[in-house]
Amino acid sequence: MGERDAGQAASNHYQNVACPFCGILCDDLEIGPDKNGLKVLKNGCVKSVSGFERHLIDAKPQIDGKDVSIEDAIKAAAELIKASNLPLYGGLGTDVEGMRAVMSLADLSGGVVDHALSEGQYRNFRVLQSGGWVMTTLTEARNRADLFVIVGSDVHAIHPRFFERIVCTEKSMFWDAPPKRTVVILGENIDQSAITGPRIGEIVNLPCKGDRIGEILVAMRALAKGVPVTGDSIGGLPRAAVEDLVARCKAASYGVMVWAPPSLAFPNADLTVQAVSEFIKDINLTSRFAGLSLGGNEGAVSAAAVCAWQSGFPLRVSFASGKPEYDAERFSTARLLADKATDLMVWIASYTPDLAPPVTDTPIIVLGTPGLKLNGTPKIFIPVGTPGADHAGLIVRCDNVVSLPLQNLHRSQLPRAADVLASIEAAL
Amino acid sequence: MLIKLTGGKVYDPTNGVDGEIRDIFIENGRIVTPAPDAKVHQEYALHGRVVMAGGIDPHSHIGGGKVTIARMLMPEDHLGNEVARTELTRSGCGHAIPSTLTAGYRYAEMGYTAAFEPAMLPANARQAHMEMGDTPIIDKGAFVMLGSDDFFLRQLAAKADFSAIKDYMAWTMHAAQAIAVKVVNPGGISAFKFNQRKLDLDEQHTYYGVTPRDIIVTLARGLKELGVVHPIHIHGCNLGIPGGVETTLETIRGANGLPIHLTHIQFHSYDTEGDMKFSSGAVRIAEAVNANPNVSIDIGQVMFGQTCTASGDSMRQFVNTRSADPKKWVVMDIECDAGCGVVPFKYRDKSFVNALQWAIGLELFLLVNDPWRIFLTTDHPNGGPFTCYPHLIRLLMDKSFRSDMMQTINQDALKYSSLGSLDREYSLYEIAIMTRAGPAKSLGLKDRGHLAAGACADITVYEDNPNRETMFETPELVFKNGELIVRNGRIIKVVNGATHVARPSFDRGIERSLKSYFDDFHTVRMENFRLSDDEIIDRGRGSIIVQPTGARTT
Repeated sequence: MGERDAGQAASNHYQNVACPFCGILCDDLEIGPDKNGLKVLKNGCVKSVSGFERHLIDAKPQIDGKDVSIEDAIKAAAELIKASNLPLYGGLGTDVEGMRAVMSLADLSGGVVDHALSEGQYRNFRVLQSGGWVMTTLTEARNRADLFVIVGSDVHAIHPRFFERIVCTEKSMFWDAPPKRTVVILGENIDQSAITGPRIGEIVNLPCKGDRIGEILVAMRALAKGVPVTGDSIGGLPRAAVEDLVARCKAASYGVMVWAPPSLAFPNADLTVQAVSEFIKDINLTSRFAGLSLGGNEGAVSAAAVCAWQSGFPLRVSFASGKPEYDAERFSTARLLADKATDLMVWIASYTPDLAPPVTDTPIIVLGTPGLKLNGTPKIFIPVGTPGADHAGLIVRCDNVVSLPLQNLHRSQLPRAADVLASIEAAL
Repeated sequence: MLIKLTGGKVYDPTNGVDGEIRDIFIENGRIVTPAPDAKVHQEYALHGRVVMAGGIDPHSHIGGGKVTIARMLMPEDHLGNEVARTELTRSGCGHAIPSTLTAGYRYAEMGYTAAFEPAMLPANARQAHMEMGDTPIIDKGAFVMLGSDDFFLRQLAAKADFSAIKDYMAWTMHAAQAIAVKVVNPGGISAFKFNQRKLDLDEQHTYYGVTPRDIIVTLARGLKELGVVHPIHIHGCNLGIPGGVETTLETIRGANGLPIHLTHIQFHSYDTEGDMKFSSGAVRIAEAVNANPNVSIDIGQVMFGQTCTASGDSMRQFVNTRSADPKKWVVMDIECDAGCGVVPFKYRDKSFVNALQWAIGLELFLLVNDPWRIFLTTDHPNGGPFTCYPHLIRLLMDKSFRSDMMQTINQDALKYSSLGSLDREYSLYEIAIMTRAGPAKSLGLKDRGHLAAGACADITVYEDNPNRETMFETPELVFKNGELIVRNGRIIKVVNGATHVARPSFDRGIERSLKSYFDDFHTVRMENFRLSDDEIIDRGRGSIIVQPTGARTT
């Protein structure tokens, strides 16, 4: 991608900047220069400020912790990959172009692809592959919803501007004076500080354990259908509270249940997503309701989307046989490392310094943003740029519909992961 | 380098050439008339072979969010259909919803050199183009969806100045990098978000007060006045409903002579006779199409087997979820822009309904007289995957084969269709019209779909096999931009096709109201909603061909 005309004004002052540091991809940022790099001038949040304003340390390509030229690092990486029986391409914190390069290299080298945040995404994919769902997207929810149910997810921590941009907005295209919204918090320890403003009517707190939400939703589905449900308490909530929530859902003109898969961090959380999805399907028989899944940080949605359109499967694909082979269990990063089924991990983490590779004695080639919090010294480290800060790119949003152009803010001269991967492929 | 294709039987309907033995010369990717003394560098002896322009599929869901949702929804569609990498080609998977790479290879191996994604949501245009960018060899293009997007509906409800509506239509074509405009269940996708469950042609949208008829006529007139060559591409109201034939006939009447294209018309040709209250309306539809030269159609032929339907029609697809097989599906409301529904289907030859759908599609093919106004599609993957085309061509060209196939399906279904009484067999000339010359003309691809000097050298050479399925499955040679890319149905060279767009003129002033609309209501800035040329050109991965549009009129 070349330079975009979208927002670059004089003197490195950028407008309409899309932020890749969480999955909702706000694109209304204004960013300007600062003596140490970039400064978020408008519409920042804790994630975008730390992402864009982070001072990049001067990092050089390294082999075994010793500085080398990029050419030598690429050559050494190619040799390791060539010698590997089953290279695992993990992390995958990159953009569409980077993921395209990963897919090409994995195909040629007979490797496996899996994203660092796949555990979360698979809480959704398992449901998609077994039952499906009714979903909505950010703009639709922002304008249309009269009821938001936050399902066991600390949305504000993962997406600091979600409530500001989607829930608390004062305007809606369907009303001159939009009605107040009800927000139901189903779960505990959920930051509600951002659910404020004239648009917010009631906030209903239904504190329950995350791993009991599925039980509550299954009961709600039964109640909505008029099937008898016994007991005074359901999933730790008073029965009356659950019945009230069912009534609110049925009465909503457009209800939206919101979850962020990474928050549902308990065993078999896909069954919770399934219970949510089946409840929503049933409500839609008579009125309108939809799910809205968030998450998708660290380029996770782009990785799954590109993998799905190029291979047919959403990550956890092995190309070892020359054909794409899909196994959502066997080809997970954790399992491959635990089973020592892989003898080399290529880890890509180009957004935040937090996406460290898991601790393992398997040799690792890291394509990472400078300052990536590594545990120990990888076999090879190649610093790469962050899409949307150090170079331009394209990225897919958490709702799997919208994708956005990422601008080159000229923060550094670091290479694109896509180009490094292409050079490695050329050297194979 | 001058290449000569010698002595083939040429079917080039655009230029009236019907099976004449002709030589064709190629130079620099184009068909040329060489100087008499020009030196031929390479010659292919094609005696006895059939030569046509490369195939053009004017309606095939090959790229965009709903296709990738379908890919994710149906891993079982790919299991057993994985495709290994070769020295030349990447790995992937085939069947109903193939991977992008495999789709490109399969089209090329089948002698097709272009395919058009017919349902690109403006909000999803970027991803649609990324996926098409990963679809190798063939040329691509996309029809952008309008008619259930809130900006347009607000304009219509507010009785906005017609030139502003046209400006918005043209702006959207530019922003989404489209070649045409499609409307899907006009207004119905939006109405479903307001909990309306059906929207007949003259039924009012509960919020906006407009009707599908208003929407269709506005878009049809708008495109005509914008000079866009392909008329409004209509996926009408009431898809799949017995009695939908009446809606379709009324849609044709309602166009009042304005050019319209009715897509996958098979799904809109159902009548209500008989015990099952489900019968063929094909005869009535074909009569109307034959009588109205402003109407073109494609069929959306149903082919038996497993597929996965992927449509923008969230309203109708939600109803269809009852028939989902396997029982899983996705319905989405999207961005105050559109929607989608992804529902797996298994069309069974022994099912009354499915067999009748099959028969209705064939009836329409055989009853519509003018092959220039009917295009061969299965609405891939909705009626079946595009890889079924060779089989479908044989059904159309070979009456005895068709009769044999009719023996194998639900016999009751045949009682409610006229298929058994139809003896027509398509000629190679007519097939060439329906699969290349006609789509090229309808889409306004000025140098595609024909073989005269100046045309792009997208050329397919077939063995003249009496088994037309075999013939069209495995072309002997396929040239893309003058380069030999397929030999005996196998890829021998991988190239990148172009993206075709149309760019009717508009007043940039429309961006003032769009800018405030995006700022007030959307989650994406207008500046980021628009796709730049660079995104498609993508450092040389792709290229853009701007096809001509007529002068804007009022």
